[in-house]
Amino acid sequence: MASTSKPVYDSASYRVSAISELKELGKYRYLLGQLIRRDILTRYKRSVLGVAWTMLNPLGTMLILTFVFSNFFKSEVLHYPVYILSGLLVWNFFSQGTNAAISGLVWGGSLLKRIYIPSSVFGVSAIGTALVNLVLSLVPLVIVMLVDGAPFYLSMLFLPVSILLVTAFTLGFGLFISSLAVFFPDVAEMYQVLLTAWLYLTPIIYPESLISARWLPFYKINPMYWMVKMFRLPIFEGRLPNWQEFLPAFGWAVGMLLVGWIYFTSKTEEYAYRV
Amino acid sequence: MSEVKEENIQASTPEPIIQLENLSVSYRLPSERIGTFKEYAIRKLQRKIKITKFWALTDISLQVNKGEVFGLIGNNGAGKSTMLKVISKVLKPTKGRVVVYGKIAPLLELGAGFHPELSGRENIFLNGALLGYSRSEMESVFDEIVEFSELEQFINSPVRTYSSGMFARLGFAVATAHMPEILILDEILSVGDEAFQRKCNLRMKNFQQAGATVLMVSHALDMLEGMCNRIAWIDHGKTQKIGEPQEVISAYRGENL
Repeated sequence: MASTSKPVYDSASYRVSAISELKELGKYRYLLGQLIRRDILTRYKRSVLGVAWTMLNPLGTMLILTFVFSNFFKSEVLHYPVYILSGLLVWNFFSQGTNAAISGLVWGGSLLKRIYIPSSVFGVSAIGTALVNLVLSLVPLVIVMLVDGAPFYLSMLFLPVSILLVTAFTLGFGLFISSLAVFFPDVAEMYQVLLTAWLYLTPIIYPESLISARWLPFYKINPMYWMVKMFRLPIFEGRLPNWQEFLPAFGWAVGMLLVGWIYFTSKTEEYAYRV
Repeated sequence: MSEVKEENIQASTPEPIIQLENLSVSYRLPSERIGTFKEYAIRKLQRKIKITKFWALTDISLQVNKGEVFGLIGNNGAGKSTMLKVISKVLKPTKGRVVVYGKIAPLLELGAGFHPELSGRENIFLNGALLGYSRSEMESVFDEIVEFSELEQFINSPVRTYSSGMFARLGFAVATAHMPEILILDEILSVGDEAFQRKCNLRMKNFQQAGATVLMVSHALDMLEGMCNRIAWIDHGKTQKIGEPQEVISAYRGENL
């Protein structure tokens, strides 16, 4: 065939890979920003307090949990509201982010069937939205610490690293679970049950000291155990994590991100046929 | 390669912009929907997952030349939309090959991707981003989009307050704000009232004069006859006839009356 110009698209050489999808995501970064903006603006669009709910929401949950559980755990934990909130923020980020990744891909699926969009954009923007909410919810944390008279430690400067780790883990897991949910719609429902169980298996509401030494090794299999620790240690205990604490969190974060990204992109070509 | 292409080359300017070579697309239709892992695992073990392949397109070879308005006709389920999806990179062909020598602007089904709570202004940028444009690309055409869609007064109101006509106008204006090398239209040129339709058709004509290629699917045969240079008739995933609009349309009508 006498075609001198280079094709814009040639199906014979087109293959979605972990690397190519990353490049495409870079090209669509404006869409990424637009989707995050849309999700944050529209979530509370019709409510009077608007985005303030992002901060009031964890605050409310924290108040309820403190009220209900403080009689049980008060003797164990000194600044119990701070203890709860510092763990709850991480958990909310994870559960919101992964759920939004699932619904984002399902919503985006209706578009993916019609026009070309790199499919990872929906998962990544979902985690991006959750990340904005996480940063905003640090404001109520500071307020609670002030009200409760909890000390502010220099180790809190470590938090950006903690946020980076939990973001990588959540993104990887969100991509993985949303990809599964495309092929098995029941996964989205099953995941809600899993999340509830997971929340109670992670020392967020109750102090870690309540876990018996016999069971502690099993708790440590849980990646969220380590993610929560990355926040609790600098905020609550006032120290940096040591290597034995940092490495598991780091390993889970990087490992999950890689597995999630590679799995997600390996299925990309099938989404338009399935969602 | 194939005879079909040779013919096309003689018929019009020979610079191809879209080439389909022995293109086939199959959808996998599981005989039953398997929704849970448990079911899936059990059936996988029993080797009971039956997947019937449905061939939406079989062995299609054709070529669209630069600057053409190319029409696709055929009954519902003939495979026209599937063909557009394969060309616009949405679906990967099961067999064969697609080569495209130009940037494609697909027309989203009007208003798909709009968020009802956001204003018209915000939706213009969101929709533009979905179509792959950058911020500066959208800013440069923003005023023109507002003007073309005739929504000056309502541009800051949430889109949920729009009528369906306003919705469609805005969608069309965003999708055609930038002149693409290839424009794909899937049965959506019947937008809004007659005055607006005339505006849309004028815009299509301008694109064409400026050298854009248009690929359109429609059941409005008379309109296609007036607009297209060539038409392909697809039936049950196979090309029945490619050629002069009048000829193909009368053959199609002959078969379907």
